[in-house]
Amino acid sequence: MKESPFRLDGKTILVTGASSGIGRATAIECSRLGASCCILVARNESALKETNALLAEGCEGVVAVCDLSDSDSVSELVKELPLLDGVVCNAGVNKMQLVQFFTEKDIEHIFSVNCFAPMLLMKQLVKRKKLKNPSSVVFTASISGYSNVAPANGVYGASKSALSAYMKYAALELVSKGIRCNAIHPGRVETPLIHNGVTDEEAIKLDMAMYPLGRYADPKEIAWSIIYLLSDAAAWITGTDLVIDGGRSLK
Amino acid sequence: MKEFIEKFAEIFDDVDAASLSGDTKFREMDDWDSIAGLSVIGMVDEEYGVTFNADDMRSCQTIEDLYNKVQSKK
Repeated sequence: MKESPFRLDGKTILVTGASSGIGRATAIECSRLGASCCILVARNESALKETNALLAEGCEGVVAVCDLSDSDSVSELVKELPLLDGVVCNAGVNKMQLVQFFTEKDIEHIFSVNCFAPMLLMKQLVKRKKLKNPSSVVFTASISGYSNVAPANGVYGASKSALSAYMKYAALELVSKGIRCNAIHPGRVETPLIHNGVTDEEAIKLDMAMYPLGRYADPKEIAWSIIYLLSDAAAWITGTDLVIDGGRSLK
Repeated sequence: MKEFIEKFAEIFDDVDAASLSGDTKFREMDDWDSIAGLSVIGMVDEEYGVTFNADDMRSCQTIEDLYNKVQSKK
C-alpha cells in the first residue's frame, strides 16, 4: 500500500482554515494517508492546537497562526515555510444576507477571506519559490459559485466563483513550474458554517432532501477529494473544477 | 412600535403599514414567504444593529413579538 499514488507519503502539506470543518478534516486525513508534515494555518490558535492533536502519529504538525486577509502576515508566514508538496487554500467565511442588506464591510470581508487571501498567499508562495516541482494546490470553492443558487448567498457564491476563475489562470501560468492547481466545489457539508443559527434547522432538513444521496457531506468526504488532487494519482489533472455534491446538481 | 411596523411593511412591495398592527400574525400574511423571513433578519440588522437567528424568528408569531425581540437584543 505504501507505494500507492493515492497516498501522500513523505509530503509536506499546508492547509488554511485548518481550525475547523473541511480544513481540519483535510489535515487529519492527510496525516492518516502518510503526509510527513502538515502546516496548519488559521487565526484561532487553540482550535489549531486541537487539530494538531488529532493528526495521526508519524506526521509532524505545525501550528501557524495567521490572519490570511492581512498581506504582511501572509508574507511573514510564507518566509518561514519549508518547501511544500501541497497547499490547500480552504479558509472561508460567509454571512447570509439578501441583496438589499449587504453592507460594503460584509462584501469586503467575504471577498477578502474567500478570494483575495488565496491570491495573496499564492503570490507569496510562488515569489518565494516555496512550491516544489511537482506540487499541487487545491482551492476550496463551492457549488454555490458553480450551479447551486439559493437566496441570501450572493456574495459568498460570487467570491467562490471568482476563486474558481482565478484557479484556472494560476493553473495555466504555473504549469511550467510543475505546480498543478485545481478547485473543489462541495455541496453542503456538516460544518459550523451551516449550523450558524441563521439558517433555520427546518430549512436545512428540506434542503438536505434536495441531495440525491440524502444528507450533507461529512467533512472527511470532501477531504478525500482534496487529497486525491494533492496526490500523484492526479498528476495529469490541472485547471479542473471537481464537483462533490452528493448529486445535488442533478436536481 | 409605529416606526417598526413601517419598517416591517417596507420589506414588501405592496403592503400598507396602516393594514398592519402589533397583533398581526406575520406568517399568515398573503405576501409572507421565506424571502420575507430573510428580509426581517436583514432589516433588524441594518436598522437596529440586532442579529436575529433562526430560533429568534421561530419564537415570534406577531409583529409585536418581533419588536419585543429587537428591544430585548439591543
